[in-house]
Amino acid sequence: MKVHPAAWVVLVLLFAAVVGLQMIQAAQPPLRVPNGASTNVLYVSSPQVLGRAALSYRALAADIYWIRAVQHYGGTKLSKDPNKQYDVLYPLLDVTTSLDPYFDVVYKFGSVFLAEPYPGGAGRPDQAIALLEKGLRTRPEKWELAQGVGFVYYWWLADYQRAAMWFNRAADMPAAPDWLRPLAAVTLAQGGNRASSRVLWTEIARDGDADWLRRQATFRLEQLDALDGIDVIQRVVHQYRGRTGMWPASWSEMMRAGFLRGVPTDPTGVPFQLDPVTGQVTLDPSSSLNPLPAAQPTL
Amino acid sequence: MRVIGHVAVNVFKESVRDKVLYNLVVFAVLLMSASYLIGELTAGQDVKIIKDLGLASISVFGLAIAVFIGIGLVWKEVEKRSIYTLLAKPMRRQEFLLGKYCGLVLTLVINVAVMTAAYYAVLAYMQAMSPPNLRASWPAPATDPALLKAIALIMLELMLVTAIAVLFSTFSSPFLSAMLTTAVWVIGHFNQDLRDYGATIPSPLAAAIARGVYYVVPNFSAFDVKLQVVHAQAVPFSYIGLTTLYGFTYIALVLVGAVIIFSRRDFK
Repeated sequence: MKVHPAAWVVLVLLFAAVVGLQMIQAAQPPLRVPNGASTNVLYVSSPQVLGRAALSYRALAADIYWIRAVQHYGGTKLSKDPNKQYDVLYPLLDVTTSLDPYFDVVYKFGSVFLAEPYPGGAGRPDQAIALLEKGLRTRPEKWELAQGVGFVYYWWLADYQRAAMWFNRAADMPAAPDWLRPLAAVTLAQGGNRASSRVLWTEIARDGDADWLRRQATFRLEQLDALDGIDVIQRVVHQYRGRTGMWPASWSEMMRAGFLRGVPTDPTGVPFQLDPVTGQVTLDPSSSLNPLPAAQPTL
Repeated sequence: MRVIGHVAVNVFKESVRDKVLYNLVVFAVLLMSASYLIGELTAGQDVKIIKDLGLASISVFGLAIAVFIGIGLVWKEVEKRSIYTLLAKPMRRQEFLLGKYCGLVLTLVINVAVMTAAYYAVLAYMQAMSPPNLRASWPAPATDPALLKAIALIMLELMLVTAIAVLFSTFSSPFLSAMLTTAVWVIGHFNQDLRDYGATIPSPLAAAIARGVYYVVPNFSAFDVKLQVVHAQAVPFSYIGLTTLYGFTYIALVLVGAVIIFSRRDFK
């Protein structure tokens, strides 16, 4: 049967109409949601149900949930939405690790996603610890997981007693590296300090698992370098005041007085900021190293 | 034996004519595009995900072939009335049925072999492209030979599914055969639950029935070692040996049942 030519015209017009309407719809501002309300949906949150439904494809189902977790974390972190919600991050990681309990990287990266303070991460170190402890129940010999728990206590919770306990526990495990035992001892004796922090981040930076984690570690190491730099410059500023009786008005004033050879900069090359009223040396607000870790112990 | 061989070769040629092997192209494209896209979607672990995806794809593609061709093997001959010509030849019914089964298994073996070669080629490429520090963090090399253990058990599972599909096709319609085969395959994955059912119900009779079903229904979850091999966990040869023995015994049981039903069937 021959198709009427008008039918083709109608078909093309309708096709153009649906594409056009979709373009108009895409240009509309998204519908508002009440503050604090989440639009994230987890259709099946029970690891048991998912495990049964996946039949013999549990590992593949775990991969899909892991990709969802990474996309959820990355998408939320990069979004400009002031109402960022990481509320399904832990359930996604929980399902992933229930489907594939040997998926080590989920414990390792997942704990970073969870512990990172809001809005850069979920700001839930408690959930990070819960995830790592879940991994340890399956893999009690994995020193990396115990060290991860210690790290969360050390860096994000500043609970050095527990951190030292976990570093010691990790050191007792098979194939644990030599640096864990001294780290535990120093943490227990002195609390946190930059040298210990540097050891931890250097080990993470050395790890070959993922570029983003190495970048994160490099960033933290640069922050520690910036803190060291601020301490050094602050001492010079105090020397200036000791000699002249007043705070320097600018770096150039200190250079003219022979205290500095050049404008001091942070590891990214941005000059430090000097407050002429208080003599306080800080990072420039434009530096990518902001914000520096709060209450970071001194050397 | 020669008769079985002739029938088997004909089944294989028919599957080639029916373009069954086109699935290999789909498999290769899926794996290659996934190996590119995964890196964009996830934070590391590309090789682990490609290993999982490859093994799952080999299993799914094989299952689709086993179920949808297996159910039509006998039915097609009956529907086309060619069964009368075939059975008039000096060929016993069991030779016809076993030939059909062996032909489909041959198709599956070739399919799985080609998919395995493509799978290892993609993994070898990923291994070559990965920096040494990343490779050092893997629990096993990308082209770990232990993956073959999982593939061997997948092949055995497919052979059992094919036997079940052939069994159902000897007495029921293709639609019903497909439903029944799929149902047995799904129930076979819940076997552990049947075994543990007694702990959750008060009735000892129901628990005993569930336990009885556990021993009778094929235990398909036993053929699944994908997760273990991908994480370089040990899968002892004793386990593979026992599972292989179980698989072949079950296949023999199903085929004998299929032969009995087919021998007694009246095609008038």
